[in-house]
Amino acid sequence: MTAAPEGAPASWEVFLRARRGLAHQHVGSVRAAGPDAALAAARDLYTRRGEPLSLWVVRSDAVHTASPDERDPYFAGARHKPYRYPEHYAPLTEKGPQGEHHE
Amino acid sequence: MTASATRADEDELLAHFDALIADGRTIEPRDWMPDGYRRMLVRQIAQHAHSEIIGMQPEGGWLTRAPSLHRKSVLLAKVGDEAGHGLYLYSAAETLGVDRADLLDALHHGRQRASATFNHPALTWADTGAIAWLTDGAAVINQAPLCRTSYGPYARAMRRVCQEEAFHVRQGYDLMRALCEGTPEQKEMAQDAVNRWWLPAVALMFGPPDTEAGGADARTAALGAAVSRRAMAWGIKRHTNDELRQRFVDTCVPQAERLGLTLPDPVIRWNEERGHYDFTPVDWDTYRKALGDDTHWARQRIAHRLAAHEDGAWVREAAVAHAARTDEPRGAAA
Amino acid sequence: MSTTSDVTAVRPGRPPGETPTAAGPDLARYLTRLGDDALVLGQRLCQWITRAPTVDEDLALSNIALDLIGHARVLLTRAGRLDGTGRTEDDLAYARSEREFTNALLTELPNGDFAVTVARQLAYTHYAVLHYEALAHCPDRELAAFGARAAKEVAFHRLHADRWTVTLGRGTAESARRMRHALERVWPYTGELFEEDDVVRRLAASGTVPSPAPLRETWLGRITEVVTGAGLAVPAPTWSATGGRTGLHTEEFGPLLAELQSVRRQFPGGTW
Repeated sequence: MTAAPEGAPASWEVFLRARRGLAHQHVGSVRAAGPDAALAAARDLYTRRGEPLSLWVVRSDAVHTASPDERDPYFAGARHKPYRYPEHYAPLTEKGPQGEHHE
Repeated sequence: MTASATRADEDELLAHFDALIADGRTIEPRDWMPDGYRRMLVRQIAQHAHSEIIGMQPEGGWLTRAPSLHRKSVLLAKVGDEAGHGLYLYSAAETLGVDRADLLDALHHGRQRASATFNHPALTWADTGAIAWLTDGAAVINQAPLCRTSYGPYARAMRRVCQEEAFHVRQGYDLMRALCEGTPEQKEMAQDAVNRWWLPAVALMFGPPDTEAGGADARTAALGAAVSRRAMAWGIKRHTNDELRQRFVDTCVPQAERLGLTLPDPVIRWNEERGHYDFTPVDWDTYRKALGDDTHWARQRIAHRLAAHEDGAWVREAAVAHAARTDEPRGAAA
Repeated sequence: MSTTSDVTAVRPGRPPGETPTAAGPDLARYLTRLGDDALVLGQRLCQWITRAPTVDEDLALSNIALDLIGHARVLLTRAGRLDGTGRTEDDLAYARSEREFTNALLTELPNGDFAVTVARQLAYTHYAVLHYEALAHCPDRELAAFGARAAKEVAFHRLHADRWTVTLGRGTAESARRMRHALERVWPYTGELFEEDDVVRRLAASGTVPSPAPLRETWLGRITEVVTGAGLAVPAPTWSATGGRTGLHTEEFGPLLAELQSVRRQFPGGTW
């Protein structure tokens, strides 16, 4: 994810949708001069087995990041709002939350 | 970010890092990590990646001579996987702030190394089977615990590697079995290959002793133990070299018996008390001397790699020049 | 061989012969030509592995070679069943001599630099996609299914060749110069891909398989588009090489075959 030195091919993050119903998942990165070469490299590298449905490549330097451990304000509130989670409330059945999942 | 961090900040960061490790959680690329941890990872991942790339050569040399079209296909798939494993690992290393071009340059110019295992020549077709069965077999045992290593991108890369590596060992065993069931000349070729690849697998795929060793190896073992302790404390390694080596021997002996091949170590026998097979401790100092960088094959592997890199320079330059000229955004992802 | 393969489910032993038909021997010869093309080109690409300009390219070329060897296995297996000799894919690949191989000379051309390999791939893949697509409509169901699958695989190889042709043509002055030379080196060998002889004429007349000859115009149109896009021109060679279909090869073919067959010939009666 560092900037490539002068004259080196760009880094591309690779995302793969392995089957229908799944979101694209980050699987790694490739080095390639352009988007077509990056897609071809990603295809050769990450899809040698199975029949994946779709590949994305995104230039690594176009990915903007926020990480909780860098104390980003983005995530500060997430853990302290219990009312966002179903467990905060009374279960809907006598059996408790486990029962709910099975009904 | 550490440049401006005060000592107190760093203590807090370290405590947080240690807590994540103690908790069995992964460290991710943008997490703070001690410099030593980062350096150890870069060194280990790069060496692993280089070994995959250099390891393509002994088998790759037999692609044109594989004795059936089925075996040729299998070997192509395997050598392709090795290229792929190298690339997964370079990709993982790059999340630590290094560049794969620099890593390759370090390999080409002797600042980093590949496993010395591949500084042995693959002299006959049976060598491709012995390499796959023994050295890939050793790799699987070595690498399975790395699927749970503490650094996230490394662990994820290793999970891909391990999934594919299991095929390598199976096909190697299968190749050896075909030879052992063939003509006496074929079986002789298989035995000869095992004679030459057993020690490299036992010794070099697991690294120096790191638990106990007497005599000449005591110092090596003490040094190895210190490195292993550090790596295990950081959750990079999960087992000592010697534990994994024992596990490998225990796996191989029954397989060799089924194949009707003799492992070239007269000491190998089941030890009821230990619940393991005994085997001759590697005479590490002697062995290492024979495997310096100044051997024909050590030189040859790097020269081969460097020649490919230099011959291809004009192609890589063309690719970068062409991309620079056509660099424009593409259609949206779908 | 102790493992099962997807190509020949009936192991061990020889594949069963097919009920002889009028077209049998002709079809066997035709399939052997296609199989030899795939085998010999696959063998040439194997020589690249560990020597490619990047590790990514080692991987790309090994994937392409793997597909080509796969095509050769299907084609040669079928040929052995049709020609009455009961030979297996390996009998055909490993026990024939130079004069019995009928690949087009293009496929045996030495790799040269990366540009020569790209030019050879460009010519072959554009031809093979068209030929396999046509084969997908032939009345023989097994062959038609193979044609459809192989056309898809080669279409990906064609993308690879197209991309590199343009990249090298529009890369640096050096790469453009090499790509131009490569096209000139390879082009006299492309005509043979579309040659028609009595075998092909009889098969095409009975509607058994397509003739490659009519595909040439489409082939040239598509190649011209790619090569022009690369800022280069399709060469117009003053001569055309021929001979491969009758077993008259280049002198470079002997060493290629000797290498391919060496281990198997070294161990007569061996099992692999």
